[in-house]
Amino acid sequence: MELPRYEKIWLITGSITLVIFLVLLGIMGFAMGFNPSGHMKTIAPDQVGATPPFDKPGLFTVADKEYRAVMQAKVFAFLPGEMTIPAGSKIHFEVTSPDVVHGMYIAGTNVNMMIVPGHISEFTHTFNKPGDYLILCNEYCGSGHHLMLGRIIVQ
Amino acid sequence: MSAAKHKNAGFDGAVIPASSFAFDVKDANLILAHLIFSFIALFLGALAGLLQALVRAGYIVLPPMLDYYQLLTAHGVLLALVFTTFFIIGFLYSGVVKTLDGKMLASARSWAWWGFYLMLAGTIMAAITILTNDASVLYTFYAPLQASPWFYIGLVLVIVGSWFSSIAIFINYAYWRRTHKGEVSPLFAYMAVATMILWIIATIGVAVEVIFQLVPWSLGWTPRINVALSRALFWYFGHPLVYFWLLPAYIYWYVNVPRIIKGKVFSNTLPRLTFILFILYSVPVGFHHQLNEPGISNFWKFLQVVLTMIVVFPSLMTAFAIIGTFELAGRSQGAKGRFGWIRKLPWGDVRFLAPVLSMLMFIPAGAGGIVNASYQMNQVVHNTLWVTGHFHLTLATSVVLTFFGISYWLIPVLTRRTLTPGANKLGIVQSVLWIAGMLLLGITMHIVGLMGEPRRSSFSTYNDHATALSWLPYMYVIGIGGVLLFISVMLFLFAAVYLMYYAPRTDQPAEYPIGEVDESTQHPPLILERWSLWIAVTVVLVLVAYAVPIWHLMQTPLATWSPPVRTW
Ligand SMILES: [Cu+2]
Repeated sequence: MELPRYEKIWLITGSITLVIFLVLLGIMGFAMGFNPSGHMKTIAPDQVGATPPFDKPGLFTVADKEYRAVMQAKVFAFLPGEMTIPAGSKIHFEVTSPDVVHGMYIAGTNVNMMIVPGHISEFTHTFNKPGDYLILCNEYCGSGHHLMLGRIIVQ
Repeated sequence: MSAAKHKNAGFDGAVIPASSFAFDVKDANLILAHLIFSFIALFLGALAGLLQALVRAGYIVLPPMLDYYQLLTAHGVLLALVFTTFFIIGFLYSGVVKTLDGKMLASARSWAWWGFYLMLAGTIMAAITILTNDASVLYTFYAPLQASPWFYIGLVLVIVGSWFSSIAIFINYAYWRRTHKGEVSPLFAYMAVATMILWIIATIGVAVEVIFQLVPWSLGWTPRINVALSRALFWYFGHPLVYFWLLPAYIYWYVNVPRIIKGKVFSNTLPRLTFILFILYSVPVGFHHQLNEPGISNFWKFLQVVLTMIVVFPSLMTAFAIIGTFELAGRSQGAKGRFGWIRKLPWGDVRFLAPVLSMLMFIPAGAGGIVNASYQMNQVVHNTLWVTGHFHLTLATSVVLTFFGISYWLIPVLTRRTLTPGANKLGIVQSVLWIAGMLLLGITMHIVGLMGEPRRSSFSTYNDHATALSWLPYMYVIGIGGVLLFISVMLFLFAAVYLMYYAPRTDQPAEYPIGEVDESTQHPPLILERWSLWIAVTVVLVLVAYAVPIWHLMQTPLATWSPPVRTW
C-alpha cells in the first residue's frame, strides 16, 4: 500500500510522538512508582464490619507525619468522615465498600479511587498545603450519592 | 416557493443533482421507521437532559415524583444507547441499499424488521422500568445496584435485535460479493460491514454480562454477583461502543461529503485500512475506563493503555484524508493560493456545514480523550465533569451533529420531498446553535471537572464547603448551554417533521450523495476484504489483553461477590 509523501511524514511524526509519550508514561509508572489506585486484595463485602482492619475504621499513626487511613465508603458516608493531620503528612489510604460501588475523590488532589465491593483499594498521597479538603463520592451509588462526603483538615 | 426552483437541492455551490434513483418504498419505510423511533428517543432524552442541566445549576427543583438519577438514567439510555443505535442502523441500511444494487434482498429485509421490533420491544420494557423508578441504575447499570429484571431483559432484546439488524447488512453484502465476482465492494457497504462486525464483537461482552450475570441474579436465581468481573465485561463493550457511534460519522465524512463538495474520495484503500484498525484496536482496551480500580493489576492496565493509543493512527489517517479531500475539491474548482480552497467549500449547505463543525470539534475532543486514557493523568479527571464534557464534545457534538447533517438530506430522499432553502437555513441555524450550546456546556464541564466537580451527581453544595461553592458559577453556564441545546433539538425535530410530511413533493428526489473514488487511486488489496482474517486477529488481541486478568477475576471466592442492593 502506497501512501502519499506528506501523509508518510504526518504519520511518522505522529508515531514518534506517540512512542515517546508512551515511554514516558511507562517510566513514570514502573520506574518512578506513579501508578493509579488499585490493588489485588479481596474481602467479603457483607463481612466488612467484622473484618480487621475495617471493623475499626480510623486514622492510625505509622511514623512521624505518616498515617494509615482505614476507611469504609458506604451509602451514603465515609468512615471516618473527618480526619485532621499536620501539613506535609503522608496518608496511606485503604478503602473498601460494604455495599455498592463508590468513588473516593479528594478535590484538589490526585486521590481518585474506585471503591468496588469485594476489593480493597489503596493509594498514598502527601498533603503539603494546609486547608480544608473535601472528600466526595464520584461514582453513582444511589439517591443520596450527592450527599456522601467527608473532610480532611490539613493544619 | 415552487418545487421546480429548488428541485436540484444544493446550496452555496454544493452539488447534488436530481436523480432517477429512488428507494423502493419497502426499504424507505424500513429506514424511516428506524429514524422516526430514534427521533422519539432523541426528544425524550433531550428533555431529561434539559431538566438535569437546570437542576445541577440550581435553577429548578424537581417535583417529588421525579428523581434526578431517574432522569439521568433516561438521558443516558435513550440518547447513548437507543437514539444512536436506531439512527446508525437506519443510516447504514440507506447506504447499503444505495451502493449494493439499489435494493435490499427480501430475506435481509425480514431480518431487519425482526431486529427493529426486538429493539423496539426491549426499549419499551427498559423505558417502563425507568419510568416506574425501578431502574435508576444509570446507563452503565453497575452491579450490585439491582434494577428490575425487566430492565435487563429489555437490554438483552435491544442487543439481540441489533444482531438481527446486522445480519441484514451481512446478507446483502455477501449476495453482492457472490454476484460481482472479482469486483471491489463499494466503500460505503464495506464500511457498514466493518461497523457491524465491530458492534457484534463488542456487544458479546455486555451480552455475557447481562445474560449470564445480571438477569439470573435479578431474578433471584443466583444470590451473588461477581461485581469486578461484571465491570470488566461492561467496559470490554463500553469502549468499542464509542467507535460504533463514531464510525458511521466517519462513513459520512469519507464517502458522502466528497460528493457534496464536488470532490472525489481521496483513496479507495486507506479508508478501508482505517476501519480495519478501528476493529482491531477498539476492543482490547476497556481497562482504560477502569484505571483507578482494584482487582486489575498495573501491568494489564498499562498494556491496554498502550493498545488504546494505537487509535492515534487511524485518527491521523482520517484527519489527513478528510482535509486532503477538501483541498483537492477546492483546487479542482480553481482555488488559488495556499488556503484559497477553503473559500470554495459550500459553507451555506447544512449537509456540509454540520459535519464540518463536527470535525472541528473533534480535534479538541480527541485531545481530551488522550488525557483520559493516559494511565496517571486519568486520576486528575476520572469521574469528574471533565469526562461528561468529553463525551458531550465527542458523541454529542462530533457524532450527533453529523447525524443531524445526514438527516437533512436523507429524510427528503426517502420521502421523495425537497430540502427547501428555508429548511436548509433552519438547519444552519440549528447546527450553529448546537455548537454554541456545546461550547458553553462541554468546555465549561472540562474546566469545572479539573477543579473537582463530580459527574453523575445531583445538585449539592456539600454542606456549603468552600470548594464546592466555587464550582457553582460554572454550573450556571452549563445550565444555559443545556437550554440552548434543547432549543436546538426542538428546531431539529421541527425540521425533521417538516421534511418527512410537509416539504414539497418531487418526482425526482435529490441524489443520494456517494462520492466517486478518484480513478488515479490504486486498487485496494484483496486481503482487506478477508473478514475472517481480521476477526481472527481481533480475537488474538482480545485474548492477549483480557484472558489473564479476566481469568484472575473469575477466581475470586464466592464470599467476595455481592448480594443485590437497591439504594434509590
Ligand atoms: Cu457513594
